[in-house]
Amino acid sequence: MSSESVEEFRARARDWIRATLGPASGYAAAGLNHRPEEEELAAVAHDRVLQRRFFDAGLAGVVVPPEYGGLGLTPAHQRALNEELGGYEWPSRFTVPTMSPCGAVLLEHAPEELKREHLPAILRGEEIWMQFLSEPSGGSDMAGALTTAVADGDDWVLNGSKIWTTGAWWADWALCLARTDWDAPKHAGLTMFALPIRQRGIEVRQIEMLNGARDFCQEYLTDVRVPDTHRVGEVGQGWTVATRLLFHERMQHNSPYVTSPADARQGTAEASPAAIARDAGRLADPLARDLVGQARTLDLAGAALQRRVAAGIRSGQLPDTASAVARLFFTLAQVRASEIKFELAGGAGVAWDETDGAAAGVGDSFLIRQAGAIGGGTSEMARNVIAERVLGLPRETARDRGIPFRDVPRGAAR
Amino acid sequence: MFLDLTSDQEFFQETTAKFLADQVPPATLQGFADGVPADFEARYWRRGADLGWTSLLVSEDAGGGSISGRGLEDLCLIAYEFGRHAAPGPLVPASLAAAALGQAGTHPEALAELLAGTATAAWCHAEPSGGSLDITSDGGDLVLNGAKRPAEAAGRAKYLLVTGRLDGDFAQVLVPAAAPGVTITPLRTPDYSRDFAAVAFDGVRVPASAAVGPPGQAGQQVAWQAQAALVLAAAESAGAMRAGFDMTLAWASDRYSFGRPLASYQALKHRLADMATWLEASCAIAAEAAAAVRERSPDAAELASAAKAYTGQYGTELMHECVQLHGGIGLTREHDLHLYLRRVVLNRALHGTPAEHRQRIADHVVTREGL
Repeated sequence: MSSESVEEFRARARDWIRATLGPASGYAAAGLNHRPEEEELAAVAHDRVLQRRFFDAGLAGVVVPPEYGGLGLTPAHQRALNEELGGYEWPSRFTVPTMSPCGAVLLEHAPEELKREHLPAILRGEEIWMQFLSEPSGGSDMAGALTTAVADGDDWVLNGSKIWTTGAWWADWALCLARTDWDAPKHAGLTMFALPIRQRGIEVRQIEMLNGARDFCQEYLTDVRVPDTHRVGEVGQGWTVATRLLFHERMQHNSPYVTSPADARQGTAEASPAAIARDAGRLADPLARDLVGQARTLDLAGAALQRRVAAGIRSGQLPDTASAVARLFFTLAQVRASEIKFELAGGAGVAWDETDGAAAGVGDSFLIRQAGAIGGGTSEMARNVIAERVLGLPRETARDRGIPFRDVPRGAAR
Repeated sequence: MFLDLTSDQEFFQETTAKFLADQVPPATLQGFADGVPADFEARYWRRGADLGWTSLLVSEDAGGGSISGRGLEDLCLIAYEFGRHAAPGPLVPASLAAAALGQAGTHPEALAELLAGTATAAWCHAEPSGGSLDITSDGGDLVLNGAKRPAEAAGRAKYLLVTGRLDGDFAQVLVPAAAPGVTITPLRTPDYSRDFAAVAFDGVRVPASAAVGPPGQAGQQVAWQAQAALVLAAAESAGAMRAGFDMTLAWASDRYSFGRPLASYQALKHRLADMATWLEASCAIAAEAAAAVRERSPDAAELASAAKAYTGQYGTELMHECVQLHGGIGLTREHDLHLYLRRVVLNRALHGTPAEHRQRIADHVVTREGL
């Protein structure tokens, strides 16, 4: 199979996709879906079935080496698959965050045994993975993690809390960043662990968002035992591993580990601006058409930028940190798109019923306009990365460098 | 502008960059406030033709040739360098006219002059508000009446490639600029190294052989030229944005206030990060649009409008931010920043404003979504 050309692979994928898959549902696991829990759980179960079908068809883990259950093919093969997937359903939860960033980082940093056990399980649709990175105390300061892992024989014992995990209430495994050395400087005292989410000692609480969505979770870890064999990367190298998670996350749907339609709109099942304008009775209004054109321009420029940045990073012409450029664009474009949709909805943004069609519910969505500029890294952090790492401008002064983490000033708020 | 250049393209782009840096450095451009001297421009343009500027949209059979086989992208590289150096010269009109003649297989002598850079052409496409240009058949002749405005580089052009309406579709005609009935009136423009004119056609009579492409069926070739003009303007703006941004980045690093470089203030760093994002996005959308137009892909018109709308809006946004970060010196003529500001200001409104292109994009969206 490793000798399969891109075009042979594409033809095989196309035949299978058309014969097997249903249409795209419109829903993606964006963390801001507002729908009944039974529906969400049914969607999760369906993703597992879908992922298994991809695996059985020899279309899962395109660039993952065969020894870990993948196909050992190239990013070009993955792109061909994604192009053929346009308009069809795909197992989005196995795409992000399971395969990327989690699977990608397991490949890079996990011990051999862990890789051989879990990567095939992911590809077979048996394990959905999450990132336990952010903490209630930290916000953007992810390396300031307080969750602590203490060595105990061949195990580690973890205590603390993680937050902003999308769908932890239905997920299986997590990569968890924990502090293993409080006497080392902030970034040097961290270690990454892999752990099953559903176990005694981990309590998962769903967080209710402004629009009623309950996908984001907070987890409380109490004396969670993790064997040292489930450590991902060296002790004290947790930040290195975490930055790879962030890198793969910023690559989003341009990651070679991601199976998703090349033309998929990301995010929720929201209607297009043009459809909202139509259902608000404003499609002939030049002002409305200006907004439709503006949203589309940002879509096209953003997609082109994503491809440019991904290609530049692949070829080494752009630094890895350039992914923050695409990230920043995407966050600002999402904010603008939310504003445009609310504007287009007109009166239906204030009060609506089902007869308002695509314009219904836009008012609720506008409440969470900033979600795209916060989740997955704030636009401010992206700006810092661009300014300091891409453009090489002077770094912000920080009061947490070169001193033991336990001596770093901390506020009272948790 | 493109990340995936062949080594030939890289060499080609670098050669032009070096030539422009040598021939039209900022100090020289600063002296062009009243226009580029005619003798300078003629010599400069012939040397540019030797470097390959004029031939890129013309097939080898017709005497032209590209660098990569993707002529429009090759030309975008040159347009990008024109922007980066705020360079003079009728790059877009001369290229579009040569492309039209090459494709139609007409006017071999005029085409040879355009390719050699010994003559230039104006692409007379845009019309004044409420104006039009009508072409009628009269005996064996074609007769032109109406106006074109603004027409870039018409003042020094030997040839005018004129778009007009004939039998409910478009026709294009190559008219000698010196033909009786043609009146060319220079216009003022913000860009030192660009010139524009209003061209009036009062019963201008040319033989039927002056037609470029099938008269009354030239809609497709006109549409392609218009799309190419958009992506070239976008590429040029991206180049000018790069120049302005690089100057501003250097300024922010070198300039100290309150004992710190400007570039150490987070408020300014964040704005520079936004500007870097606009710049990269401009390069990205211009490059994708150029490929789509060259391939004549179904989404070419929409992408070309998107590239123009985006670079138009964010090109001026970026350059005015460059002025702001420079402070008072950025508003002066003695500082070179204005050379690039002029170019993006001009390109923003040339061939349709961002708002006009957003309307066109909305038309594409509404059609595609079946609304």
